[in-house]
Amino acid sequence: MRSGIFAGLLLVTVSAATAFAQGAPIKLADVAELSGGGATVGNNWKNGIDLAIEEINAKGGVLGRKLEVTHADSQSNPGVARAQVQKALDNEPYVLLGPGYSGSVKVTSPLAAEAGITQIMGGEAAELTQGGNKFLFRTSFGQQSSMPKVAKYINDELKAKSAAIVWVNNDFGKGGRDVITKEFAKYNIKVAADLSTEAGQADFAADVSKIKAAAPDAVFVYLNEEESARILKELKRQAVAVPLVGETTLVGQKVVELAGDAANGARGHVGLTTDAPVDLVKAFREKFVKKYNYVPDHNGLKGYLAIYMVKATTEKMGKVDPKKFADTLHGLTIKAASEPGILMDVTFDEKGDIDRQGFLVEIVEGKQVVKQVLPKLN
Amino acid sequence: MSNLLDLLVAGLATGAIYALVAVGFTLLWQTSQTINFAQGEFVMLPAFLMLAVMHAGAPFWLAIILGILLSLLLLGLGFKLLLVDPMLRHGVLPLAIATMALAIGMKEAVKQFFSAEASPFPSIVPAGDVWILGRVVSLQSLGVLALAIAVVIGLTALLNRTSIGHQMQATAQNPTVARIIGVPVERMILLTFLINAFLVALASLLITPIYLAKFSSGEVLGQAAFIAAIVGGFNQVRGAIAGGLLIGVVDNLAAAYVSTQYRAAVPLILLIVIILFRPQGLLGRPEERTV
Repeated sequence: MRSGIFAGLLLVTVSAATAFAQGAPIKLADVAELSGGGATVGNNWKNGIDLAIEEINAKGGVLGRKLEVTHADSQSNPGVARAQVQKALDNEPYVLLGPGYSGSVKVTSPLAAEAGITQIMGGEAAELTQGGNKFLFRTSFGQQSSMPKVAKYINDELKAKSAAIVWVNNDFGKGGRDVITKEFAKYNIKVAADLSTEAGQADFAADVSKIKAAAPDAVFVYLNEEESARILKELKRQAVAVPLVGETTLVGQKVVELAGDAANGARGHVGLTTDAPVDLVKAFREKFVKKYNYVPDHNGLKGYLAIYMVKATTEKMGKVDPKKFADTLHGLTIKAASEPGILMDVTFDEKGDIDRQGFLVEIVEGKQVVKQVLPKLN
Repeated sequence: MSNLLDLLVAGLATGAIYALVAVGFTLLWQTSQTINFAQGEFVMLPAFLMLAVMHAGAPFWLAIILGILLSLLLLGLGFKLLLVDPMLRHGVLPLAIATMALAIGMKEAVKQFFSAEASPFPSIVPAGDVWILGRVVSLQSLGVLALAIAVVIGLTALLNRTSIGHQMQATAQNPTVARIIGVPVERMILLTFLINAFLVALASLLITPIYLAKFSSGEVLGQAAFIAAIVGGFNQVRGAIAGGLLIGVVDNLAAAYVSTQYRAAVPLILLIVIILFRPQGLLGRPEERTV
């Protein structure tokens, strides 16, 4: 009897010790656009995060500890995003994930920096990483990296002498418009029409009429995904035949799904695409489709990569230390050969911007076709 | 000039859809003093009903028929029996507030049970262009305009040329007298709710391929149609039609010639001018009430 009790106590002690060695779960907080105008962005991002965490936890977690994430909905509203981030930071997460909208990142990043918590986000506005915030990291190219490539393409490949710019009137759109306007000036490309539109705008008939009246050689479209789909339909309806060029938000999977045939012929630079000719990206796409039954856009990739950034950085440190996380990630190169979850080799600079290979794509018969691979710079 | 033609065609096509929705506002107001602030969401829902039927494997034509039938059931009969009848006895204001609550409930329910993301929706008008006055005009714009005008003409004929239409007008003008002369007032009121449900289902079918199916898509439509109904005349069907077309055109011209940013303000300015100088609306008739 006494030996039985002793054996039981020993078993409990061993179990507790094992649990202690494995540690409590590493808590991550995600604030994303799960509803509202950015629902496509936020839901892809969230699903990418969940897929990566499931994979990592199935293989034993990070340094023996499981990852655990809470998702909060910003409703695509910067004010709500700020409140949700404050609430998330009160729970002292290891890393803050999101939001995806640049405007929401802009108002939330000071909170995370003040708390000393690293924020890995999906925003692409150029200004986000220009303010000296040492805790903010991108998952994709900023506009300062992508717009020069787009302008070069419009000048070199399309030989356009004039272009119409259609942009969404928020931080994301205005940032893109400002950078591309400067780039056009370098190539002496005349801005034939400069059209600001509203987030969530449904009717683009008047905007497209203005484009037609301006008769540009190309149209640069820089809107969110749903609005991109609507304007593509209207451009087709009004028989605008000049090349339509944009960024990821013009040629993403969701845009193709929503715009249907109207998306054919649209071209753009994408930092991340599930159609990339990279085996690890193809494998990611298969896993994502198997789990969620749809093809993700670049936001799904961003969410997935964010988690593998957490894993690689933590393993580089050899410990779970939220205060040292940002310092470790600055200047870090993560190679896909050693961490396949990162999909492509990537380097993070001192500002939190990334260097990675990119792609020029065109929509052909409802599918993204990669026309050109732009190599990693360093 | 050619640009103006494009804008007019696009504006009239959108305006025709506003007119369909605005007519529903006036019909419900005339027969039962109901101001339905969920009218925009009434336009949003039928598209999701049709999508749900298509997701179940039905072809588009069957989805249209079932979607319209479900709309008649939910947005016509159900709306009247479950919300309007119990609330109306408490006055117009509680009912108006209840329809605001209904609008929120419908949006959240679609978001919850379908998706917060936009979904594509097929068009009943085939893609393609035709040449008019030397300009390429989209077949879809013309189709939407033609179908909406056909429905409006049909509705006007129903109201003015048939016995049922006359009974509905009698009910709208004076339900007590109408009841005395043998008009089945309750049945006529129900009929207006069913007609409203049909109109919003049709508007949904026409506008959703352009705006995409999204839980929040009714907000803009509801507001535009409400303004159209007031501008045209809240107590006249023809006023709502004129108001809808006018708002569609003014909105497009404002976006092109004033500013895209301020386009939403222009119909509101028009609304204020109408309220100040012709409160009964462009084609409405003055109403006097004693207290």
